[in-house]
Amino acid sequence: MTSSMRKSGVSSGRLDAASVQSNFSDLHPPYDDHEALVAADRCYFCHDAPCVTACPTSIDIPLFIRQIATGTPEAAARTILNQNILGGMCARVCPTETLCEEACVREIAEGKPVEIGRLQRHATDVLMEDDTHPFTRSASTGKTVAIVGAGPASLACAHRLAMYGHDVVIYEARPKGGGLNEFGIAAYKSTNDFAKKEVDWLLKIGGIDIRYGRSLGTEISLDNLQNEFDAVFLGMGLSGVNALSLEGEDKNHVDDAVAFIADLRQATDLTTLPIGRRVVIVGGGMTAIDAGVQAKLLGAEDVTIVYRRGKDAMPASKFEQDLAQQKGVRLVFDAAPVGIEGNGSLTAVRFAYTEQQDGKLVTSDETFTLPADQLFKAIGQTLGPVPDNIQLEGRKIAVDNFGRTSLDGVWAGGDCATGGDDLTVTAVAEGRDAAEDMHSKLMGEG
Amino acid sequence: MADLNSTFCGIKSPNPFWLASAPPTDKEYNVRRAFDAGWGGVVWKTLGMDGPPVVNVNGPRYGAIWGADRRLLGLNNIELITDRPLDVNLQEMTRVKRDYPDRALIASVMVPCEEQAWKEILPKIADTGCDGFELNFGCPHGMAERGMGSAVGQVPEYIEMVTRWCKEATDLPVIVKLTPNVTNILYPAEAAKKGGADGVSLINTINSITSVNLDTMSPEPMIDGKGTHGGYCGPAVKPIALNMVAEIARNAETRGLPISGIGGITTWRDAAEFLALGAGNVQVCTAAMTYGFKVVQEMISGLSQWMDEQGHASLDEIVGRAVPNVTDWQYLNLNYVTKARIDQDLCIKCGRCYAACEDTSHQAISMSPERVFDVKDDECVACNLCVNVCPVENCITMETLEPGSMDERTGKVVEEAFADWTTHPNNPSATAAE
Ligand SMILES: Cc1cc2nc3c(=O)[nH]c(=O)nc-3n(C[C@H](O)[C@H](O)[C@H](O)COP(=O)(O)OP(=O)(O)OC[C@H]3O[C@@H](n4cnc5c(N)ncnc54)[C@H](O)[C@@H]3O)c2cc1C
Ligand SMILES: Cc1cc2nc3c(=O)[nH]c(=O)nc-3n(C[C@H](O)[C@H](O)[C@H](O)COP(=O)(O)O)c2cc1C
Ligand code: SF4
Ligand code: SF4
Ligand code: SF4
Repeated sequence: MTSSMRKSGVSSGRLDAASVQSNFSDLHPPYDDHEALVAADRCYFCHDAPCVTACPTSIDIPLFIRQIATGTPEAAARTILNQNILGGMCARVCPTETLCEEACVREIAEGKPVEIGRLQRHATDVLMEDDTHPFTRSASTGKTVAIVGAGPASLACAHRLAMYGHDVVIYEARPKGGGLNEFGIAAYKSTNDFAKKEVDWLLKIGGIDIRYGRSLGTEISLDNLQNEFDAVFLGMGLSGVNALSLEGEDKNHVDDAVAFIADLRQATDLTTLPIGRRVVIVGGGMTAIDAGVQAKLLGAEDVTIVYRRGKDAMPASKFEQDLAQQKGVRLVFDAAPVGIEGNGSLTAVRFAYTEQQDGKLVTSDETFTLPADQLFKAIGQTLGPVPDNIQLEGRKIAVDNFGRTSLDGVWAGGDCATGGDDLTVTAVAEGRDAAEDMHSKLMGEG
Repeated sequence: MADLNSTFCGIKSPNPFWLASAPPTDKEYNVRRAFDAGWGGVVWKTLGMDGPPVVNVNGPRYGAIWGADRRLLGLNNIELITDRPLDVNLQEMTRVKRDYPDRALIASVMVPCEEQAWKEILPKIADTGCDGFELNFGCPHGMAERGMGSAVGQVPEYIEMVTRWCKEATDLPVIVKLTPNVTNILYPAEAAKKGGADGVSLINTINSITSVNLDTMSPEPMIDGKGTHGGYCGPAVKPIALNMVAEIARNAETRGLPISGIGGITTWRDAAEFLALGAGNVQVCTAAMTYGFKVVQEMISGLSQWMDEQGHASLDEIVGRAVPNVTDWQYLNLNYVTKARIDQDLCIKCGRCYAACEDTSHQAISMSPERVFDVKDDECVACNLCVNVCPVENCITMETLEPGSMDERTGKVVEEAFADWTTHPNNPSATAAE
């Protein structure tokens, strides 16, 4: 195993199948029933609980934890799913350390929060194992809604609309649903094909038709959707990526981190996935951490994440930074890439230290070089092509508090729209809330 | 979905969860919040005579005991009945009942043991539109010193007499709330029935001292260096309350008398147990005082989930379902033989079962040098102590010996036939064995 780890260049099979399997097992393994009861017992059932306020979907956390504690995890799951239909995925991927668990009174008092995420997973796992869908549709309203993209924002929106009796058609560019749940989330957060299972389970509500391989802008146009449907929701996420704008960016093995992760998520056998011996990642968010950690777990010998600002400014939470370091990923701060070296294939990346000058971040003269046979760019994603007539704000689709865009009858939410952090749970909240507003408009109440 | 609609003594409520007469039901503000949170009914904080209201102490009125992680297990109080003027309470009750017509509103009443006092106040209270009365014969402190509350509840003749006065004074249902501070709960229950009560509710609080402050040498809660016994409630009293409810439910004289079960109800499961033992609905106080009105949401979701799982469509199908299985000791099957079984995969080798059995029971667990614990079938009397002290749930279980197999302790073959103490040869007054 060690010899293949030291093989230079970009190569597959650095680790044997057993090591890869154990490396990519659940980051937060599920509780057994007893552990769940012990964990649930720690919740104080706080009044107007701060954890609920900190959850973007406002799940009634004390209630669901009490329902676990009293032996009814199925009721707990219903409490969760009422607010957040992707509660199963959120339990796995939410950065709880900056959301509910950060706000938990026991985090503040003892530095040990109630493990809300794992409890949420316990409840939703129990209910979803049962293979029945807990919600039913209202009588058909005869109204139709078109949704673009099948990511978390769109799925939450579609489910809520379907519950109200509207008929939903989702147009998804890719051949599979789930959005970044399926293509972006780190593999050790969503194991056993959970993303796909969750989508299948969600669709059991009925009334949602997904048409794959249909992109807005190519196969379909917004004008047509507006003509054919009573309302439209845009949930197409961020499909573009930022470039480093450096010479040599076109060299072999200078790759996009999101694409690497998508390949990894879709690989049926991770030992066949090529990875460099020395991997450098440029960026400071979740994508950078996930690319770095997963590169390491695939068997890369040296993995370094280089971020242009300091540790405190890093968008990845302290938990994620610690996770990366635990897995043996080196974090380098205050440095930015200035050159890409190699003939045809990458051999090294040159960095310059950064400093603040008149409130602006600039590169200094002090440089260093990291040998690398693979470089991942993780410096942010951008909105893909959108219809010309829709109003943008910054680099996103402008929406108001109800998710309404500048176009009548067109709503948007999730990463492609303004407001909130780019997180799965935020996308769910925005999709759900837009559906509520669409519903009242469709029924002539809004 | 199971139907949680409840009818108790003819009083309808959307679910069987009522708030017991106590601080949670003390005034309009609380009761509105309670109804908004989902409670099916309330028994208003006990009303007293018109005129200057009682006064409460101005220092602490509660004491408590806690379990691990400071979980409140038992609460004790030295609070009296309402300390607000009767008229204010009546106006508030009228407004609340008007605004929440689908919820049950019961007036709890305690006035001196005089016919005129009861007969005057009931019609006046009935004008609020309340759905029924609960006679507070239970309060064990303060009011009892003044000849009311448990001072009445401990004398069956008084209970019968006052109940009769009340039934003469009103057409509304009359529920008699019983004190557990008696030697036999059947006497007061029977007296209530004889007096014409539509139902009984129990338990009120139990005389108690929760703790002693060893610095000031005074019982808690301490008022200026002194303390007095208070009424005990909360999870700790549930077993006592369950037994009293079951006794009334299975007693020939009182069978069929509607019972409102009270005492330590904290979760849906507690409630289901009371219902199974014969309570027609339940009342809750300490759980609401500990966690707020929102706890009822777990009770509702849990009870309906359990009923759905069991296929019970309505409350009628569960009320009293366990009563036929409550019996006297003498009718328990002595040919039912079980043995403790240790699941070696679950065992964490703490040795608590060994200590318990070796030191205080029947020396029926062996311990090897490798800390393997095993049950000796020839010594095990199946007392269940090891099961109860083992920290791992389901690690020790009781296995039933099939008829025909050998009980190695007695050296006898387990018999198929039922045989209890009434027919046992060692019983001097045994009726013909066989
Ligand atoms: C690598 C990575 C790791 C992440 N890890 C986490 C994490 O651990 N926890 C967390 O909370 N968040 C995480 N996020 C963020 C989270 O995944 C997103 O915030 C969330 O998925 C946004 O949901 P969405 O529905 O807005 O968009 P997406 O999930 O991006 O879904 C958009 C969908 O629209 C489709 N689409 C795009 N354009 C078109 C078009 N023109 N026509 C039709 N369909 C189109 C796409 O194929 C896609 O299926 C991560 C993101 C990345 C990139
Ligand atoms: C502070 C306090 C005050 C109470 N006051 C009354 C009262 O005024 N009238 C009454 O009938 N019961 C009163 N009770 C008793 C409760 O109604 C109830 O019977 C008892 O607390 C047991 O239920 P629990 O274990 O759910 O608390 C009081 C209990 C407490 C804790
Ligand atoms: S803040 Fe913590 S203890 Fe309080 S309700 Fe939320 S999870 Fe429970
Ligand atoms: S609970 Fe409220 S009224 Fe009671 S002592 Fe505390 S602050 Fe005062
Ligand atoms: S008490 Fe339970 S866990 Fe401990 S040794 Fe006995 S059987 Fe094992």
